[in-house]
Amino acid sequence: MMASRMRSPLGRAIGLGSAKEGVDHWWAQRITAIALVPLSLWFVASVIGLAGADIETVQNWVGLPLPAILLVLLIIATFYHAALGLQVVIEDYIHTELARLGLVVAVRLLSFGFAVAGIFAVLSIALGSTS
Amino acid sequence: MAEFTLPRNSKIGTGKTFAGPLGSTRLREFKIYRWNPDDGKNPVVDTFELDLNDCGPMVLDAMIKIKNEIDTTLTFRRSCREGICGSCAMNIDGTNTLACLKAIEDIEGAVRIYPLPHMPVIKDLVPDLTHVIAQYQSIRPWLQTASPPPPDRERPQSIEEREKLDGLWECILCFCCTTSCPSYWWNSERYLGPAVLLQAYRWIADSRDEKTGERLDELEDPFRLYRCHTIMNCTRTCPKNLNPAKAIAEIKKLMVLRR
Repeated sequence: MMASRMRSPLGRAIGLGSAKEGVDHWWAQRITAIALVPLSLWFVASVIGLAGADIETVQNWVGLPLPAILLVLLIIATFYHAALGLQVVIEDYIHTELARLGLVVAVRLLSFGFAVAGIFAVLSIALGSTS
Repeated sequence: MAEFTLPRNSKIGTGKTFAGPLGSTRLREFKIYRWNPDDGKNPVVDTFELDLNDCGPMVLDAMIKIKNEIDTTLTFRRSCREGICGSCAMNIDGTNTLACLKAIEDIEGAVRIYPLPHMPVIKDLVPDLTHVIAQYQSIRPWLQTASPPPPDRERPQSIEEREKLDGLWECILCFCCTTSCPSYWWNSERYLGPAVLLQAYRWIADSRDEKTGERLDELEDPFRLYRCHTIMNCTRTCPKNLNPAKAIAEIKKLMVLRR
């Protein structure tokens, strides 16, 4: 803050004031973390169970109601959690305001895009689209 | 971006060595960071050898001995020499602590003494605490009320309500915790840091204060509060054995509870 050298220390400490947000971000990070514990364990166990299976077996498994639902939940929780976490990392280490803003937007758009792509893939198999 | 190396004018060189008295049996080396704003030179580490048989038990005793008998230009803050004023906070043997509470006996080998990390240095071991003090000021560290006090006595507080302040009121604002926090190093401009957040919680937890909501409003911010990533350096380093990390966790808990 070169331009604010004449500003009083208190004025500098107060800065632009409180954003009056942050609790939702923090809370959502905890909730997705809790959700990811059983979902990831289930996913890893399932993949181990499917080791060596051919593509038809795997597609049939993805098409079953419970795996399909859990996969969609896993995709949502993963990308939501990743977006929240990456935003924190960016805010911690990137101190150029434009770069920080740009990266946070990029992370949000990319994780949203990946999540939609993943959900679409699961639904295509589950709902029997052949394309 | 974060900086991973020291700026060129902060690179630390080797300074002078002051040999201890001949014939002493308990010599100990003290390696002390020196920087003078007036000579335009980089900081150096000076080495002082002291005879521990002729020196008080604490690191501060050794530093006062050096200043009195070897090099009067050694600059550091100190006042009470009993861990209650918080002036002699510095980095000793790799950990932020109070020089007056740190026994020389507890350190193996040379005693390395540096200023509190990541603060601008005024001279030698004296850091510029202007910003962190202003941050402390910004949380309004005093009792704020709407209702008038009883006309004839203090505002009452039960024993149980008073006990909630234990572990908070003992903080002496030495800023050992704040300057040990990596999150504070990277974002000190906006993150309040453990000491100021512990003080903020001290007033939030006070049953007599009536601005709890406003205090929480002022803290609810991605940087002011939520830069805390429970690294726990604060609690590990506190020379008064307080737990700033827990105070911050309590604030985060209240933030969720009042949603």
